[in-house]
Amino acid sequence: MRLNKIQQAREQIEKSCAKIGRLVQVMEVCGTHTVALFRHGIRSLLPKNLKLLSGPGCPVCVTDQGYIDTVIDLAGRPDCIIATYGDMIRVPGKNTSLERLSLPNVRIVLSSDDAVTLAKNHPDKTVVFVAVGFETTTPATAVAIEQADKFGLNNFTVLCGHKLVLPAMRALLSGRNDKIDAFLCPGHVSIILGSRAYEPIVKEFKRPCVVGGFEAEQILSGLAKICEQIEQNKPAVDSVYGLAVRPEGNKTSQQWMEKYFEPCDGPWRGLGCIPQGSLRIKDTYAKFDAQKRFSIAQMPAEEPCGCLCGQVLCGLIEPSQCGLFGKKCTPDHPVGPCMVSTEGACAAWYKYGK
Amino acid sequence: MTEENERILLAHGGGGRLMAELIAKTIAPTIYGDKPQNLTDAASVDIDGKEILFTTDSFVVQPLFFPAGDIGKLAVCGTVNDLAVCGAKPQTLSLALIIEEGFAVAALEKILHSIGTTARQAGVAIVTGDTKVVEKGAADGIFINTTGIGPRRRNTRLGFDCIEPGDVILINGTLGDHGMTIMSKRQELAIQSPLQSDCACLHEIIGLLLDALGPKVKFMRDPTRGGLAATLNEITQSCGCGIEIEEKKIPVDPAVKAAADILGFDILNIANEGKFVAVVAADAEKQALDVLRSHPLGRKAARIGVVGPKQPHSLVELITRIGGRRIIGMPYGRELPRIC
Repeated sequence: MRLNKIQQAREQIEKSCAKIGRLVQVMEVCGTHTVALFRHGIRSLLPKNLKLLSGPGCPVCVTDQGYIDTVIDLAGRPDCIIATYGDMIRVPGKNTSLERLSLPNVRIVLSSDDAVTLAKNHPDKTVVFVAVGFETTTPATAVAIEQADKFGLNNFTVLCGHKLVLPAMRALLSGRNDKIDAFLCPGHVSIILGSRAYEPIVKEFKRPCVVGGFEAEQILSGLAKICEQIEQNKPAVDSVYGLAVRPEGNKTSQQWMEKYFEPCDGPWRGLGCIPQGSLRIKDTYAKFDAQKRFSIAQMPAEEPCGCLCGQVLCGLIEPSQCGLFGKKCTPDHPVGPCMVSTEGACAAWYKYGK
Repeated sequence: MTEENERILLAHGGGGRLMAELIAKTIAPTIYGDKPQNLTDAASVDIDGKEILFTTDSFVVQPLFFPAGDIGKLAVCGTVNDLAVCGAKPQTLSLALIIEEGFAVAALEKILHSIGTTARQAGVAIVTGDTKVVEKGAADGIFINTTGIGPRRRNTRLGFDCIEPGDVILINGTLGDHGMTIMSKRQELAIQSPLQSDCACLHEIIGLLLDALGPKVKFMRDPTRGGLAATLNEITQSCGCGIEIEEKKIPVDPAVKAAADILGFDILNIANEGKFVAVVAADAEKQALDVLRSHPLGRKAARIGVVGPKQPHSLVELITRIGGRRIIGMPYGRELPRIC
């Protein structure tokens, strides 16, 4: 444990925050950061005027209810197998969740590859891969489509719910919450995107963008750099995630994404429609697109009554400021998606901090 | 009133909040009516003036065979450990098998061998049993139930009511080994890893501890489903004292930690099958650790925390490696691998 570096970072944060003198709001745009911040107990070590906001970085939380209801409808079809990442099964749709349905044709997979294997092993069923997540999971979905195409698996489909981080950051600063002083940028996503991808945001909005890893030392060093930049009024792109993040990112993964997906306008839970913030499968690969295969119309993106997940995701309120938090909405009986995923701001808040 | 559409979820069997809720709201009131019951892992029954401890456990693990163990070994160890942590000398077990039609006899033999060997080594006799076969699809290979009895050890007094502020909390070794081994071996989580279950009978090492410390051991519990988090929360809720544990003192195998990190699991919520938490008087800490470390199942024994003062809303708090603080809540009951 490099306690020295941790100590140094903490001192830098203290020093800069004292000099800045006003409330500093830093948003992390990555669910794993949200969890790591709590797990390491970092909030308890920060000066009072440094506030961390949990942004729209948890894939489950930003998935709109219409998408969830579509998955639940498809799960009711005996000719389908639903292949989903684990934390999606507990997200409540309008009336129920995949977990509560407890259907044998809903399978938890750890990777898109497992979903392809399901299609191989069940030629009489159509596998619907519940593809959510940001630039970290999208390349894996692209590879799955490639594999399915190669093996001629016509029974493999993807219900694309993939989203892009940068348009969301831009949307936040363009009106939804302009009080955000800086971003602690997502480590995993940045490996794919490259640190250079944040330059336009720094240039246009004059906000520091620092890529952080998930160890306590990396998070604190990232926050120290952010505070220093704010103190000196020199916003820039920086990374404390070591060699993992290159300026240009991971070209191969980017090419995979470009081959199979294209950006489109799409609904985000709580944030509404974000221009060019979602991905859809290109027409060339339409046969793998579950939405087209099952002629699914976009379902209305209703929000559960009283749920303030949207405001939480924008960093406008803390989870405990929502009237449902800890009362009607708990990890056992979640109302909104931020309470479902372990990465969700509300679940992390409830579990680690209350 | 139960809503008509309420269903049992997998998480109701996970040893976490949902299970506690099911017992408190459905099982206990239906069986006992309004009379509150002190429900523990093993019950004390009086038979002609002799105190006998009595427990039962069912085993439904998948895969049936895993590194350093199988469902048979688990079925013996699990019940032996439930008795041992309550202060009993495990003596006899019953064995009930529910087998799915079509199950390979060779696999059954392998499991039975394992049951026999584990029981012999533990010095417990299997004295009665039952065998049922159900239609294909009505069970997942094989389910096992074991019930065990044993007399209470002399010179021991264990219970939530014995716990006092200042007592120390000990563990006999690394956490999360069993749960992460099982999860990494399950088909959907095919991780290549050298993990091994910690499945073991603990009555011998517990016997050493109780013989040496007597009533200075206040309480013990094996943190199986729900892991250390569930056990500590049960303790704090039942004794009304807060608990403070130190992350850097909690022994964890690096490979187990890595596997848990990949899947987004909290090691404190993961099941163990060869570990026990002991709450011990502060002045007996050194002696207790010496005794534990003298046994092969306690080489990595450690003091992980301390019992705090009585509080109206007692909590389990963790001091993180970097000196931050966070609350350890009761786990939900089912760990789900996260997306990325």
